[in-house]
Amino acid sequence: MTSATIDAVPAELVRGRGGGGPAPTRTVVAYGFWIFIVSDITMFSALFAAYAVLSGRTAGGPTAGELVNLPHVFIETMCLLLSSYAAGLGALSAERWRQDRFLIFSVFTFLLGAVFLFIEISDFAAMMKVGAGPSRSAFLSAYWALVGAHGAHVTSGLVWLIYMMAQVVAKGLRPHVLRRLLCFSLFWHALDIIWVGVLTVVYLMGVP
Amino acid sequence: MDGLDRPYDRTPGVEYQESGANYLSYTVGLGLAIVLTIASFVVAQTHLLWSPGIPVGLVVLAFAQIGVHLVFFLHLGTGPDHTNNILALAFGLLVVFLVITGSCWIIANLDANMMPMHS
Repeated sequence: MTSATIDAVPAELVRGRGGGGPAPTRTVVAYGFWIFIVSDITMFSALFAAYAVLSGRTAGGPTAGELVNLPHVFIETMCLLLSSYAAGLGALSAERWRQDRFLIFSVFTFLLGAVFLFIEISDFAAMMKVGAGPSRSAFLSAYWALVGAHGAHVTSGLVWLIYMMAQVVAKGLRPHVLRRLLCFSLFWHALDIIWVGVLTVVYLMGVP
Repeated sequence: MDGLDRPYDRTPGVEYQESGANYLSYTVGLGLAIVLTIASFVVAQTHLLWSPGIPVGLVVLAFAQIGVHLVFFLHLGTGPDHTNNILALAFGLLVVFLVITGSCWIIANLDANMMPMHS
């Protein structure tokens, strides 16, 4: 590479730094969505901070150790992990224009996410029954806000997934549908990352 | 010029032209994540670690788990294509760190200076 033309510049020095013209729409969309995910994680950090500050303030009410069913939490964790894996395989299938495979993996993604949500909601209902609702103590307010916010994200992700499957069936794997699918899979993987924080801080550290 | 011929830049979740390694990388990531999850539960529920060290162990395992997710599921790498994503993430982590440690620090100070409650 002794020539002084622009071609002599190694590709890895130009790419991602404005070389080769404007970035493709797909890159711009993914980057914008990535910024959204980072700001969503920032929002969760406020809920984590509230939980960290209030976790000891049980006001004579039940503590995490008395309320949490760790085997349930383990099943929830595995469901979310496998759901994320299925979503990843679905995204790969979609990028290779394998619509049938994408739909199969998406059904698995949805079912595993739904099992997670079912276990979480039934545990919430059991907590309400023993008087451990969000108004019982500062600890429980922080717990319900943090775990509930994650659950709300999972719920909206499931709705979004149904909507994406419908789009793929109705429109096929067109470029703009693929871009939306990319955003969905980023969202779904990010929820798993937030769950790692919830699992560690709320469940594993909170239950002696 | 290999890189400039590509129709798309690579971003998290997109790895064109690199077929074959992809299903494998998701599966490797899943395996590592399952091992780390089980390790977290074992550390939390047994006396494998010295008890005061358990929270530290759990935090280390959580960071390892998040790293596995970022690399194998979100495909965040060290390549030049990822510079913008990594910078955004690094800024996000800075804000997360400030919010969490700042809140704990300030509230602990306020708590220590509270007037004793009657009752």
